[in-house]
Amino acid sequence: MPAQRLAKLSLDYLLLAWIALVFVFPVVFMVMSSFKSDLQLLRDSASLRAFLPVGDLSFDNYAKAFQRAPIGLFILNSVFITAVTVCVSLLLASLAAFSFVFLQWVGRSVLMAAVLATFIVPFETIAVPLLLIVNNLPWIGLDGFKTSWLNSYQVQIVPFIADALTIFLFVQYFKDLPKELVEAARIDGATWFQVYRRVVMPLSGPVLATAAILKFLMMYNNQLLWPIMVVQEESYRPVMLGLQYFFQLNTAWGEIMAYLTIITVPVLAFYLVLQKAFIASIASTGIKG
Amino acid sequence: MNAEQLAARRRQNRAGWAMALPACLLIFAFLITPFFMAFGLSLTNQRLISPNPAEFVGLRNFERLLGVGLLTLDPLRDENGEVRLKGGEPEYPRIRSFTRGNPDYPRLNRMREWFRIDLPGDRQLVVLAKDLVFIKALKNTVLFVAVVAPVQSGLALILALLINRPLRGINVFRTIYFAPVVISMVVVAMLWRFIYDGQNGILNSLLGIFSFGAIEPISWLGNTSTALPAIMAMSVWQGVGFHMVIWLSGLQTIPQPLYEVARIEGATGWQTFRYVTWPGLRNTAILVMVIITMQAFTLYPQVQVMTRGGPLDSTQSLVFQAVVRGYEKQDIAGGSAISVLLFLFVLAISLFQRYLTRDRD
Amino acid sequence: MREIGTLIAAALAAGAMVGVANAQTKLSMWYHGAGNQLESELLGNIIADFNSSQSDWVVELESFPQASYNESITAAALAGNLPDIIDVDGPILPNWAWAGYMSPLTIDDEKISGFLPGAIGRWTGEVYAIGLWDAACAIYARRSVLEANDIRVPTLDDPWTGEEFDAVLEKLAATGQFEYAFDLGMAWTGEWYPYAFGPFLQSHGGDIIDVSANMADGALNGEAGMAFGEWWQSLFARSLVPGTDQDGADRETGFLDGKYALQWNGNWAAVPAIEEFGDDMLFLPAPDFGDGPKIGAASWQFGISSSSENKDGASAFIEFAIQDKYLAAFSDGIGLIPPTAGSAAMSEKYSPGGPLEVFFELSNRQATLRAVTPAYIVGGKVFEKAMADIANGADVADTLDQAADEIDADIENNGGYM
Repeated sequence: MPAQRLAKLSLDYLLLAWIALVFVFPVVFMVMSSFKSDLQLLRDSASLRAFLPVGDLSFDNYAKAFQRAPIGLFILNSVFITAVTVCVSLLLASLAAFSFVFLQWVGRSVLMAAVLATFIVPFETIAVPLLLIVNNLPWIGLDGFKTSWLNSYQVQIVPFIADALTIFLFVQYFKDLPKELVEAARIDGATWFQVYRRVVMPLSGPVLATAAILKFLMMYNNQLLWPIMVVQEESYRPVMLGLQYFFQLNTAWGEIMAYLTIITVPVLAFYLVLQKAFIASIASTGIKG
Repeated sequence: MNAEQLAARRRQNRAGWAMALPACLLIFAFLITPFFMAFGLSLTNQRLISPNPAEFVGLRNFERLLGVGLLTLDPLRDENGEVRLKGGEPEYPRIRSFTRGNPDYPRLNRMREWFRIDLPGDRQLVVLAKDLVFIKALKNTVLFVAVVAPVQSGLALILALLINRPLRGINVFRTIYFAPVVISMVVVAMLWRFIYDGQNGILNSLLGIFSFGAIEPISWLGNTSTALPAIMAMSVWQGVGFHMVIWLSGLQTIPQPLYEVARIEGATGWQTFRYVTWPGLRNTAILVMVIITMQAFTLYPQVQVMTRGGPLDSTQSLVFQAVVRGYEKQDIAGGSAISVLLFLFVLAISLFQRYLTRDRD
Repeated sequence: MREIGTLIAAALAAGAMVGVANAQTKLSMWYHGAGNQLESELLGNIIADFNSSQSDWVVELESFPQASYNESITAAALAGNLPDIIDVDGPILPNWAWAGYMSPLTIDDEKISGFLPGAIGRWTGEVYAIGLWDAACAIYARRSVLEANDIRVPTLDDPWTGEEFDAVLEKLAATGQFEYAFDLGMAWTGEWYPYAFGPFLQSHGGDIIDVSANMADGALNGEAGMAFGEWWQSLFARSLVPGTDQDGADRETGFLDGKYALQWNGNWAAVPAIEEFGDDMLFLPAPDFGDGPKIGAASWQFGISSSSENKDGASAFIEFAIQDKYLAAFSDGIGLIPPTAGSAAMSEKYSPGGPLEVFFELSNRQATLRAVTPAYIVGGKVFEKAMADIANGADVADTLDQAADEIDADIENNGGYM
């Protein structure tokens, strides 16, 4: 039997490895290409050489990419915008979900249905009205009073803090928590906010991780149309807008690959570090529809 | 109800509102309000840039999008009353002669042919549309959802089953399968343009190698028959890892003892799946389908980066058309009308999905 | 929450530090060249010179990626947030002027009298913008290839006729030495289509929009338009030119690599071609399809926004920037056509006897503006799609009808752009 089992096992691994190749080859192509000259990159892309570190390899593309655009600034902007949005989003979404699941109040079900229905509004379709709104909102910052949100961080943060999917994830998770815990805490005289902070949130590690990563991906990867509309100053531009710096008349593909690698690798690395906790957390979120 | 209960209920009311309010206010201000503004715009002739004030035009934008017309064609006949043939087929008058200011057919003015059906007696029924590009975008979007939703969720389930085994190093594979999810769709679409390229594409060279040159290079994105399938395949590739993980979470909620019973009873692999695994996945299946359907309806960045709707409108999508009209062509009213239709459409489908799964709650 | 508030505040403060108060009045200027170091440097030099040449104004530049420049501007206009000095693509200018986002320039006619027509942005008789360069298209060819195939070298005075040109393409394709006889540049989507291909339609006697009639019906889908459309489709049907799925890299290197016998390209790509082929390289004028040989005119131009509170300063900057030495510097730096005879003489490549001199004359003699109407902004995009669809085999008459209808519906929607 062992020989047969070994054969089956190696077949299993072979299958898994083949599938892995399917998922990984574009990324390998991207990283390998970032070290090649434009000419070699285009020539190699017609053969398996596209995936191999062969030919003249150098960091030239990276050096040139950093000269072409303030990449560090873009990454800082993106990370800042994303980080702030994720933090505030988790707080507000979990509070709302807590209220929806554990409290009885007038208008609860109507409000919850309305909020969750917004899941199906694609952002592209509301961008112009949203521009008109944020253009007329006041803001008080350290530099004084302003009557418009254009050219700022908040214009890239505040409208995206609350979204239906994040609230939905929390609602699903909270529904599965034992109600008795909450009731016991209430009987002990805890306020609703104390129940939220001391009882529910400490049990919410998995859903917090899931929501954080999904929100991170949504924010970091989708900053294109909106910044084009609301950010005119370079100092507030995020990474996806920065990509357009590389589309000139004669497209420098090597530099583009370098830029794509630069902005993707941190996310991949972040994910690789967290992947165990992340996948475990999604899995244990026990989403049940 | 005594006074104390009443006070407690009032307190709960207040607390509930206070906790839900911040998120709800933000959603109201930045999602619901602009949505209703878009709804309002769709009833006007508002332009993105214009010195002219917008006028209320009622449902005109919707009529222009959805207008269809019918025309029955008689074949052309020669002097003897015989049907004229062209290449063995009856010849018909050009649609153009009916739709270009023909006073006898005012209703068909400026419509375009969508498709035609053969009727008995060599006659043809022609279905015309006022806005053929929109109709094609609608058709492609529905097709995209109809293919991607089942294929992606099915593949995701197969991957989840493959991964949900106690093999050494399985984490590595799980990680790799999930990796495309963390990459921006814009980046993914740019990379896949290289893969699909007709002249120097990686896909063609791989197919060439594995078929020993039997498969000729195909211009995947340049062909009306392959462009949309190519975009579908890439979208599945990018999203399948996410849904694999959701399935995985569902699989892990199925109690182990059930599998053991199945094993003792001598069930085959398929029987185990059919009678143990699948029933336990019902709720997960609903969730996966709902999320994939919603995501698929908003097909946009792939089209924007890869094909811009071409060739010959074979990859037009609703959101892409909303953006093209609303921003590039500055017809924000027309773009908003598409958004509203998209919303109503998705709403109808999600209500239908809810209806199908109603018994649960 | 408090930390987040502080972070936001700190970020805002950091943003505010950039605009420290200055004794000179600030003039904001937007430009489409983000990511193009050479261009940014050239413009930066002009701005630095201007800022130090006087003490009233200081120009501050904000660069945008070209890919989204027009969308950025549109959104900014919508939000009432335009800068003092705007950089605008020539054919879009009428739309902007009509919409009231730009003010006419108050510049002496004398100062711009010597400019190439494509470098001056006019609308309803007034000058709204001036370009520091123009661009021109030519047929890239190699003398050796033409001679080997016994093909006449056309001249500005005696260009190929439509039939002659078609026969040339057939002949070159028949040699079997090339993947395609001619490269139109179908890989360059966007404004390239109306800019590069619209003149073919104009040379047939049609146009995207008949400006005097204020409609596209009859101009785009009239007899001339149909003839053009049929010819256009036949180029693809006969495999004389690569189609819409052309590889972007092939567009850039295909002619240089000898894949294409001829190429339709702009002057900006001329330098590499000369480096590759030296004296063998020819830049041929557009063919004459009956209504005269035509190429596209008008490139990026500088104008003043109507919301500017410092129109004097903006005007002063534009007058300063159009000095011959700067025009020549732009030309030397990035190969664009200097828009005056004086600056052409000062430039390295366009001076008499220079390698690209021919483009100056091409621009002077063949350049034709794209339909000067606010409707162009939609017309150009509709035309682009129609060209792609016809190339891919769509019925010519139906496609042009539909295109004309869409443009006319837009004109009607805008109250005739009155």
